[in-house]
Amino acid sequence: MDNVETMESSQSQSQLQPHSESFVQAIQLGKWVNTSEGPLTILDDINFSIPTGTSVAVLGASGSGKTTLLGLLAGLDVPTEGQVVINGQDLGAMDEDGRALLRADTIGFVFQNFQLLNGLTALENVMLPLELAGAGNPREQAAEFMTRVGLGDRLSHYPNQLSGGEQQRCAIARAFAAQPKLLFADEPTGNLDQQTGKRIIDLLFDLNHELGTTLIMATHDETLAEHCDRRLHLDSGRLVKPDESITDVGC
Amino acid sequence: MLWRDWRGGELRILAIALVIAVTSVTSVGFFIDRVERGLNQQAAELIAADLVISSSRQINADYVRNAEQRGLTLANLTRFRSVVVAKDQPQLAEVKAVTEHYPLRGELRIADVPYGEDRVSHTIPAPGEVWVEPKLLQTLNLQVGEKLQLGASSFTITQVLAYEPDRGGDMFSVAPRVLMHADDVAATRLITTGALVNHRLLLGGERTAIDDYRAYVKQRLQPGERVLSVKEGRPELRAALDRAQRFLGLSALISVLLAGVAVATAARRFAQRHLDTSAMLRCLGATQRSIIRMFSLEMLWLALIASSVGCALGLLTQMGITRILDQLLLISLPAPSLQPLVLGYATGVILLLGFALPPLLALKHVPPLRVLRRDQTGAPVRAGLVYLGVLLSMGVLLYWQIGELQLVTYVVLGMLATLMVLAVAAYGLIKLMNRLRQRVGVAWRFGLANIARRPGSSVIQIVAFGLGIMVLLLLSTVRNDLLNDWSRSLPADAPNHFLINVQPDQVAEIQAFFDQQGVHKPQLYPMVRARLMQINDRKVSTDDYESDRAKHMVTREFNLSWAAKPQVDNTIVAGKWWQTTDHGKGLLSLEARLANTLGIKLNDRVSFDINGALREFTISNLREVDWDTFNINFFTVVPPGVLEQDPASWVTSLYLDPQQKRQLSQLVKRYPNVTVIDVAAIMDRVRSIMDKVVMAVEFIFLFTLLAGLAVLYAAIQANQDERRFESAVLRTLGARRPVLMRGLIAEFITLGALAGLLAGLAATALAWVLAAQVFHFPYQFNPIIGLAGIGVGIAIVGIAGVLGTRTVLTQPPVVSLRQGT
Repeated sequence: MDNVETMESSQSQSQLQPHSESFVQAIQLGKWVNTSEGPLTILDDINFSIPTGTSVAVLGASGSGKTTLLGLLAGLDVPTEGQVVINGQDLGAMDEDGRALLRADTIGFVFQNFQLLNGLTALENVMLPLELAGAGNPREQAAEFMTRVGLGDRLSHYPNQLSGGEQQRCAIARAFAAQPKLLFADEPTGNLDQQTGKRIIDLLFDLNHELGTTLIMATHDETLAEHCDRRLHLDSGRLVKPDESITDVGC
Repeated sequence: MLWRDWRGGELRILAIALVIAVTSVTSVGFFIDRVERGLNQQAAELIAADLVISSSRQINADYVRNAEQRGLTLANLTRFRSVVVAKDQPQLAEVKAVTEHYPLRGELRIADVPYGEDRVSHTIPAPGEVWVEPKLLQTLNLQVGEKLQLGASSFTITQVLAYEPDRGGDMFSVAPRVLMHADDVAATRLITTGALVNHRLLLGGERTAIDDYRAYVKQRLQPGERVLSVKEGRPELRAALDRAQRFLGLSALISVLLAGVAVATAARRFAQRHLDTSAMLRCLGATQRSIIRMFSLEMLWLALIASSVGCALGLLTQMGITRILDQLLLISLPAPSLQPLVLGYATGVILLLGFALPPLLALKHVPPLRVLRRDQTGAPVRAGLVYLGVLLSMGVLLYWQIGELQLVTYVVLGMLATLMVLAVAAYGLIKLMNRLRQRVGVAWRFGLANIARRPGSSVIQIVAFGLGIMVLLLLSTVRNDLLNDWSRSLPADAPNHFLINVQPDQVAEIQAFFDQQGVHKPQLYPMVRARLMQINDRKVSTDDYESDRAKHMVTREFNLSWAAKPQVDNTIVAGKWWQTTDHGKGLLSLEARLANTLGIKLNDRVSFDINGALREFTISNLREVDWDTFNINFFTVVPPGVLEQDPASWVTSLYLDPQQKRQLSQLVKRYPNVTVIDVAAIMDRVRSIMDKVVMAVEFIFLFTLLAGLAVLYAAIQANQDERRFESAVLRTLGARRPVLMRGLIAEFITLGALAGLLAGLAATALAWVLAAQVFHFPYQFNPIIGLAGIGVGIAIVGIAGVLGTRTVLTQPPVVSLRQGT
């Protein structure tokens, strides 16, 4: 399966003209699944390009395809058609382990459900991406980020000993620890109360500005989206009201 | 419903665990059942009847009349030793005179020529004829059809006696047999007053009639009279069987318990996965009762199907065990009976009900509201209920297997204590291992964290595997260590040959023979066979003793020896050895441990039946004996001048180097009645017997290991969802497949190593206890055991664990976006 994908995409590689300043590119991206009632389209003909250091909100109702799009962009899932290019590299040309390597080096994640590993301490969770990327001194770096998110006294706590807000702070520390060039956030405040959510968003954007990370955030919250430089609206798997500034992909 | 749930996976584990448990229980059950019934059959053959009354006098006529009134079948038998003469050559023979119907159980086999093809005989020798063993024909150079003289009569030899059921396997009675008709005895004039004769009344009949008759005779027994029955036959085999039954039963039970743990683990997950179904059913109007009935029925079906498979496998396994042990048992086994099947099905049902039902019962408490709000789980499974069920089922199963309430209590407590110690040790090891987490890489840290985060489940897995590996280690490595240590504890020039059955007139010649061969002139010791009858005027009975050893020692024949001085390796621990002035007095020196076993003290009076006459001795001293030297030693020694007139044979032990050993054939040719026992050959035989027994036991313990595997798989299955999910998160964070694989390997290698380490420690401790307490020699610690344990643990648990979890590697990472923890 991986081989077939690799062959197909290597054919198209020569045609690819990466946008000079863009960090993330979606080219004619489509995803559908086969059901008993015929193919069901989840995403259709998605094109955009995101320049380095930009923050983008992907807006849409639930079921509009936000999460699928995020999965495709991060190389967690394989598109049915089209291409995703990150930092000049075509994801379709890689196998799953190659994409994992790319994620370890380049990408960070913040999830709606935090997704901390329960068996590891808060510090060990933050160390994970550092170690996977082969960074030196993972323990010291992780501890430093824990302090930056205000959890310096919670290093050896296990996730179930932390509050929801603390868990998301820990997840943010994990996302930024390896200093990724690209950060995905999937409804980062979805499971938090309003006040905690606001503090988490402030933390997220502070770190984002400080480190110059490219941020792609899926949300259904318009106020949250206003923190971002750009907005993409998804409806039934298609981009509507396309933001000209980032969908201007020449192909 | 059953089929639908089958695909869920938990039912498969439930079924596999049940099959393992039922197979191990039934294979032991079938095997024990067959050996037991084989032994009873053979025991009846050994005394050639269902019941025998043995007496040094003519059998009481009342006994005969009473037996006839009860409709029992009767035969008479008279045994005595006499010299037969043919061609002017004398030869000592064991004469047996029998009446019609002999033997009542088993059969006589005869042949036309010595060692020729034999056939069953339904008759006994006619008056005026004798049947003799081939050995007699050889010694006296006789042919079938020639005559021999016995006392005042002359007889024609008409058949060669190939086999008599009640000949017995006694090495010490080697004079050849002469079988004659009872009507001819009087004419020989050999039976005079004071002659050493054993009279026997053989009885056959229905079991209840025989039991009644035995009760009748037992009340009227006179000194010198004894009752032999099937129960008293081969006490050593019976005791061994009892021990084997308990041992194998217990090991099967360990498998059952481990299987129970697997069942409980799988059932809990099964129940968890059925929370939604139950809630939906409740929502649609199903009552709590109908939900319970639905799941109970499903479980019952599963129990029946799995038990059937287990019983069939048990039957096959039992055939395997029997095949391995066939030649060892020396008895032909009857076909298996159906009784163990009951045990098998009961095990299956009890196991499933005891271990799986409590978590399932909790399903009825699922609130219908769960359909709308998934966090509504209802009342949790009450732990107390589970443990009560487990304890109850365990008690019932144990009671079934062992049958003695006191022993069951001990075993349960002992087992709980052992498991507790193992569990605490495992918990300690896990905590210790967890500290290493700070110093290892990401894969190892994740693996170690997986063990530490579920300490309960990890402890169960480690203990389950530890038990399995421990018994394997004990059976393989430790057994060899024990044997080697024992061999080492013997001096190099320890006697390696025994000579037995030397006749009194051959003693001087045999000493001279070895003198000529340059072997140190051996000391020969006399012995007279005797049976312990009374202690301080009280009749001895096996019922007086608790221990198997005491029961065995009391029924065996004693060999009384006489000596003026104690043996060099003997130490007098109580009383005094006799002076020359005591010679000829009825004194007795008793080995101290035996005295302790039989409860005999200094100055007690003991009576022995020696060739049919009751003789009394006073215990004048107690001796400690170093049996490991292989020197000839006796439990019972009397002063010279007491037994010289009784029929005795002489024995000796000596060391022969390979050169000297070749001269033995000369000796055997010259003295054909002397039996030579090669200790090295016996050691080899002991080793091969142990190997075979161990192989059979390993068969049973294989189930323990399999049950351990079932526990591992149940545990893996129980947290498979969590593993899948975490694996997806790790992949999202950029972990490649090899990293995840290393994490899994780290987890299961550690789990296996901990189980193996624990097993090695436990096996070493057990070996030490066995060496010190049972075999009485110092045990050399063998570090290989620990390493072997760790190696086996890593190999089995490592491979099985990784195989069981490898599907999580292929989990697409996109799952991490979709699911919550």
